[in-house]
Amino acid sequence: MGKITLEKVTKSFGDVNVIPPLDLTIEDGEFCVFVGPSGCGKSTLLRLIAGLEDISSGAIKIDGNDASNTPPAKRGLAMVFQSYALYPHMSVRKNIAFPMKMAGVPQEEQDKRIAAAAKALNLTDYLDRRPGQLSGGQRQRVAIGRAIVREPAAFLFDEPLSNLDAALRVGMRMEIGELHAKLQTTMIYVTHDQVEAMTMADKIVVLRAGNIEQVGSPLELYRAPRNLFVAGFIGSPKMNLIEGNAAQQHGATTIGVRPEHIDITDSGPWTGTVGVAEHLGSDTFLHVHDTGLAETVTVRATGEVGFKHGDKVTLAPREDLIHRFDRDGLRVA
Amino acid sequence: MARAVTSRRKAINTAAAWTVGLLIFFPILWTILTSFKTEAQAIADPPIFLGFDWTLENYRVVQERSDYMSFLWNSVIIAGGSTLLGVLIAVPAAWSMAFVPSKRTKDILLWMLSTKMLPAVGVLYPIYLICIELGLLDSRAALVVILMLINLPIIVWMLYTYFREIPGEILEASRMDGAGLKEEILHVLTPMAIPGIASTILLNFILAWNEAFWTLNLTAANAAPLTAFIASYSSPEGLFYAKLSAASTMAIAPILILGWFSQKQLVRGLTFGAVK
Amino acid sequence: MATQHSRSAARMMMAPAVVLLLGWMLVPLIMTLWFSFRRYLPLRGGDLGSAGFDNFVRFVTSSAFWPSVQTTLIMVGGVLVITIVLGVLLSLLLDQPMWGQGVVRILVIAPFFVMPTVSALVWKNMFMDPTNGLLAHLWQFFGAEPVAWLSSVPLTSIIMIVSWQWLPFATLILLTAVQSLDGEQLEASEMDGASPLARFFYIILPHLSRAITIVVLIQTIFLLSIFAEIFVTTGGAFGTRTLTYLIYQRVLESQNVGLGSAGGVYAIILANIVAIFLMRIVGKNLDK
Repeated sequence: MGKITLEKVTKSFGDVNVIPPLDLTIEDGEFCVFVGPSGCGKSTLLRLIAGLEDISSGAIKIDGNDASNTPPAKRGLAMVFQSYALYPHMSVRKNIAFPMKMAGVPQEEQDKRIAAAAKALNLTDYLDRRPGQLSGGQRQRVAIGRAIVREPAAFLFDEPLSNLDAALRVGMRMEIGELHAKLQTTMIYVTHDQVEAMTMADKIVVLRAGNIEQVGSPLELYRAPRNLFVAGFIGSPKMNLIEGNAAQQHGATTIGVRPEHIDITDSGPWTGTVGVAEHLGSDTFLHVHDTGLAETVTVRATGEVGFKHGDKVTLAPREDLIHRFDRDGLRVA
Repeated sequence: MARAVTSRRKAINTAAAWTVGLLIFFPILWTILTSFKTEAQAIADPPIFLGFDWTLENYRVVQERSDYMSFLWNSVIIAGGSTLLGVLIAVPAAWSMAFVPSKRTKDILLWMLSTKMLPAVGVLYPIYLICIELGLLDSRAALVVILMLINLPIIVWMLYTYFREIPGEILEASRMDGAGLKEEILHVLTPMAIPGIASTILLNFILAWNEAFWTLNLTAANAAPLTAFIASYSSPEGLFYAKLSAASTMAIAPILILGWFSQKQLVRGLTFGAVK
Repeated sequence: MATQHSRSAARMMMAPAVVLLLGWMLVPLIMTLWFSFRRYLPLRGGDLGSAGFDNFVRFVTSSAFWPSVQTTLIMVGGVLVITIVLGVLLSLLLDQPMWGQGVVRILVIAPFFVMPTVSALVWKNMFMDPTNGLLAHLWQFFGAEPVAWLSSVPLTSIIMIVSWQWLPFATLILLTAVQSLDGEQLEASEMDGASPLARFFYIILPHLSRAITIVVLIQTIFLLSIFAEIFVTTGGAFGTRTLTYLIYQRVLESQNVGLGSAGGVYAIILANIVAIFLMRIVGKNLDK
């Protein structure tokens, strides 16, 4: 069981308020991702849940029990660190066994769980090596293995993939996703990469300056961003945010159109010149300027499209998919 | 890219460096050589460099006459005891400063260092008096404690600079894994810091071994270590070069060997991390 | 960055070291301060009452005081100049590519590990003795009159011995600093047309300035309290009585504890002035 509730949690370092009063519930078995730009407080929030930092006020409850003053060792949570934080002087086997040794799990049971974890994570052949002899991806798996064997109430991941190269990252993303599907244990995952958040999460918590900007499923955030910040943060390439006349025509201060919601047609409101065309094969991203709008408009065309620098194009946004925001940057329904 | 160096240039460098190096090392070399000569050969005119009759006689005489072993034993106890005691006290303190720093950590570290600057002669009499009052004059226990206190700031500093290189995340991981404070320091920090702890022990052992103010002033017959043993050769025994050399060689040999192991860590330890 | 729990644990674990050092600093310091205001003569009955500032005045006005200050300054200054000039040259030499660099390094460092009483005695008897010393033989070989080192130029002799002991320290630290010099900087200056001498003065020496400062400060603190080298060579005779040695004689040889303690207070103040500068540098380094 691993339902985690934060009630009016605050954190300040000296006079600096890092987390203003914050409420959040993470349901048992949920895969919850904290996402936001660096310095938004997402790692601090995770460390508060872990018990590595004290909360300044409020309460953290795990399965309904107040754990605010419980030391990290007693919270029943497992954590995978950004640097993996493997014990360099211990073999892989001893690394994985360490939490069980601390908990006094009998040797026989330890061996059983290590074998199971090693099999699941493809580490069986590496059990007697030292972390220093492993690749980045293998180290990552050892860190996960060390977390699994404890059978924790919840897993905490602190930007676990940021030290891996792009190809490995995609692979590990899938592995963590599958792990969650298999274990059905609560996972809290911190990242600054919105792609990771969108692909993995049941629930995304978007943070900025310690404040929760929006909580919701990936598609909720994609379809109905609550404010300009979330609108700009979720989605790749970024949503076009347009101010001025074009916005006023829709009765808003700012309108947002996702690049994939703009069609290249013969007749449309915006005609301009292609600046840069990024040909990815599966998609083509066109950055179009001189449309009469102040902003450069990014358009996503599916497949191979033959436009190049200097070409004239006419663009038509899909009216029903335009997001409207008021003067305060909040979504207008 | 460094440029290729002509072998002529390299040969000149080598010759120059070896000449200077041997010149600096010469007094030690000469002492070691002289310790194997007879007294007559030791003062021969002109001096004999290598062509003498090698003998171990001096070592035998020195050992017989002054009971070298008891001085050696005192040195080992005093230097070893003070170093180990210091490390036991310093490891927890350095852990605190490196991993749970507060606003005052820096001040405390600097203050510790400043106690090291206290001129020994300024507090000689009080210490002397305290030792008499406690009946610890000429005792190994007093020197163990005093040398421990003298070197404690260096031990704390060295350990602190080593500990700071250990990522805090690993200690946090152990906390998440259910380790208490004791397990964290015993099973995670200490094994990871073994190289640093070893060189700290080594350097402080050397410093304590060579300490020659307190060991000369607070000991007489019972607790005198090798520094005092050698000082007793001041005169007139010092005129027996071969025996002086044998005694000196015995006093410095263990440390020269240890010193060679510790030379890489020396700079950090002696400059409190200010030069790396 | 930690929890309340670990912070209180940290305070507990720091306590033994802090308490011990605090006691080590305060107890003798207060006693010395107390004695310095007393007429304290252990051989004539101990504490004979308050002396006011008499001890401080007497210590400074005694005929031995100013010569001892002068001796201290000459000795510390002489050793500093010798070790740093030679240390810089030696570190530059050792930084050059050569065969057997590791062995040379060990040869150069070795004197630092020799216990002070040994190096003083070996130099005194086997090198500086006017009849049998090796230097006497060397002088004779060149047809010169052998020098009676420790009686005719005692201070110079002690400076030589101490410099030999401390040259390795200076060299080792300066070598570390030289090795951290960015090779591309030197190549850039070479491209800019700087001669080797110009490179030394404009690039290398400024780069070493910090290390040199540290060597000066640390050595000064140790050199101010040089004891064993004087103790076994001249015993403070022939104008080799430094401030440290003068205090030692007042306290232990003439058993005038009050007077000696007043001198001790002066020595502590002197050492602290040097220490403040060292602390500044070390402290700045901590912030990085």
